[in-house]
Amino acid sequence: MDFQFSEEQEEIRKQVRALCSRYPDEYWRERDETGEFAWDFYQAVADAGYLGITIPQEYGGSGLGITEAALVMQTIAEGGGGTQACSSVHLGIFGLEPLIKYGTEAAKRKYLNKVLTGETHVSFAVTEPDAGTNTTQISTFATRKGDGYVISGRKVFITKARESKKMLLLTRTTPYDQVDKKTMGMSLFFADIDPEAVEIRELHKCGRKSVDTNMLFIDNLYVPKEDLIGEEGRGFYYIIDGINPERILVAAECIGMGKRAVEKAVQYAKERVVFGRPIGMNQGIQFPLAESYAKLETAELMVYKAAWLFDHGKPCGKEANIAKYMAAEVACEATDRAMQAHGGYGYIKDYDVERYWREARLFRIAPVSQEMVLNYVGEHVLGLPKSY
Amino acid sequence: MKILVTVKRVPDPETTIRVKPDGSGIVTDNIKYVINPFDEIAIEEALRIKEKLGGSEVVLASIGTKVVTEQLRTGLAMGADRALLVLCDQELDSLAVSRILAKLVERESPQLVLMGKQAIDDDANQAGQMLAAVLDWPQATFASQVQLAADQASVQVLREVDGGLETIGFSLPGIITADLRLNEPRYASLPGIMKARKKEIKEIPVAELGVDITPRLKIHKMDPPVKKIGGKKVETVQQLLDLLHTEAKVI
Ligand SMILES: Cc1cc2nc3c(=O)[nH]c(=O)nc-3n(C[C@H](O)[C@H](O)[C@H](O)COP(=O)(O)OP(=O)(O)OC[C@H]3O[C@@H](n4cnc5c(N)ncnc54)[C@H](O)[C@@H]3O)c2cc1C
Repeated sequence: MDFQFSEEQEEIRKQVRALCSRYPDEYWRERDETGEFAWDFYQAVADAGYLGITIPQEYGGSGLGITEAALVMQTIAEGGGGTQACSSVHLGIFGLEPLIKYGTEAAKRKYLNKVLTGETHVSFAVTEPDAGTNTTQISTFATRKGDGYVISGRKVFITKARESKKMLLLTRTTPYDQVDKKTMGMSLFFADIDPEAVEIRELHKCGRKSVDTNMLFIDNLYVPKEDLIGEEGRGFYYIIDGINPERILVAAECIGMGKRAVEKAVQYAKERVVFGRPIGMNQGIQFPLAESYAKLETAELMVYKAAWLFDHGKPCGKEANIAKYMAAEVACEATDRAMQAHGGYGYIKDYDVERYWREARLFRIAPVSQEMVLNYVGEHVLGLPKSY
Repeated sequence: MKILVTVKRVPDPETTIRVKPDGSGIVTDNIKYVINPFDEIAIEEALRIKEKLGGSEVVLASIGTKVVTEQLRTGLAMGADRALLVLCDQELDSLAVSRILAKLVERESPQLVLMGKQAIDDDANQAGQMLAAVLDWPQATFASQVQLAADQASVQVLREVDGGLETIGFSLPGIITADLRLNEPRYASLPGIMKARKKEIKEIPVAELGVDITPRLKIHKMDPPVKKIGGKKVETVQQLLDLLHTEAKVI
């Protein structure tokens, strides 16, 4: 067993930390206030080559693994930018996997380079209002027309649609009631977000204000055949492929946010004097922080175990799911405790911990809810009967 | 143009330094190490010169044990071309350092040596000046701006001195030590980090250089800074005067 990060991985951490130190809490606080996308941060991450981290070298990327990607995301979250920073680059860092794995050579040559320079933002459009967690029930439909498809339907919670030119769009190409297997008959497109055919309506969220999340009303969007990824009807499987790495990355982001919150609370608890001594001298303040730290470190082990398994081509469903579950739980707890340690100031925006707290909460819901993770563990790990 | 940049491994300025109970040094457990921040500025300046001129080479030089490889890799990731590491596990004073560096300069014949104005661990602020003396080269310390002449034969350096700025010039080869405001060092890019893996770090046993490194200085004792105690409020001017007289004993 080897728990040591390589020199190169440590260097990546160090350099990402250096990059993020140029975007301090005030920067993110302002984004949280105005909702303006963090363009300069995003471009700095792209310029430093991180958007291409998992893209193969033959397409201009660095061809590294999910372990390195997770280190990058954790470090970004830890830098104080939280989900505003992470989500601004998240899809660039890993989301293109279906295209890399199943896209045509021409599509890869055409698009990957633009993603890694930061020029093309990409959204991931799966969730629908009438399907929710039950993805197989989506009803957005792609009908063949001439040399392509015409797509109509509604999507909800689509992140970064405002900035994106492209989206990985999951649709049905065979209706639900006409397939033998409910996971069949869905297709994945690398579609344009054409303003003529796609209306974007932003949703107002609890946190992460500068990274927009939207309703999409898709009305007769034409997509040429070349932008179909892989085979028609197998889109669901292409999405499923990327689910474990996404969980690993999200878990890493949670660890980063939790650690940042604890660090802030520790600093504050050392300085804030009440009853003639620093509040951090009280075990009532110390223990919750120490416990959160212990839990974060433990969850972090599971994150990198899952990443290691994935990078070594081994099954990692159990580990990726458990990592996501634990990391989201401990991040929420840690940010909440950090706020508690700050007393009234914790509720004030200038102290930043309330921002982390609002943001961490997202990860108990998305990209997959804690309940669905437990469903997975119950059914696939413990062998209990499927509950839904 | 070939530029030699010196690199020292020092404790991260953000870590809390604790002095050992016996005063013989600092506690090194759990300390993170970084490139001396002024050396990082020197690297950045060298890289900017290289990028401007093209066809230049930036060579890093450090002295220490193999652990220094970590800092050299960082410098290579920033964009330096290769590195020299003089292996030595003995504590060195500034004179020994400058003698070793002088040997490296003889071997490499750079036109310019860029160094940090001081290392943030012992704050000696001597190596640059001593190296200039050993080599009998011109020097400009505390540089806050470096302007290379078009023919690359001379350089003008803006120095921050007490009460103002001073511009000095000299013909190359020479030595410049970097001050804080010279530039803001870059962070390395991911491709930079990956390329660094393949760059050469040449290890040179110190004995091979044949320099006298016998210590001439001995650290007798280290003391942590005196803990600051908070002030107090007094009611009247008379009370203040009394306390200044009886307690603080300043009047
Ligand atoms: C800020 C934000 C950004 C997002 N970005 C994207 C994006 O870019 N692209 C995208 O496609 N989606 C995105 N999502 C959607 C996200 O993935 C979904 O919200 C999530 O998968 C849950 O779907 P739902 O909201 O419809 O919940 P529902 O499916 O309505 O579920 C509601 C609740 O019921 C629980 N539940 C449902 N069924 C069961 C069951 N069988 N057993 C136990 N509990 C159950 C769920 O766990 C949940 O707590 C985003 C969401 C948010 C909030």
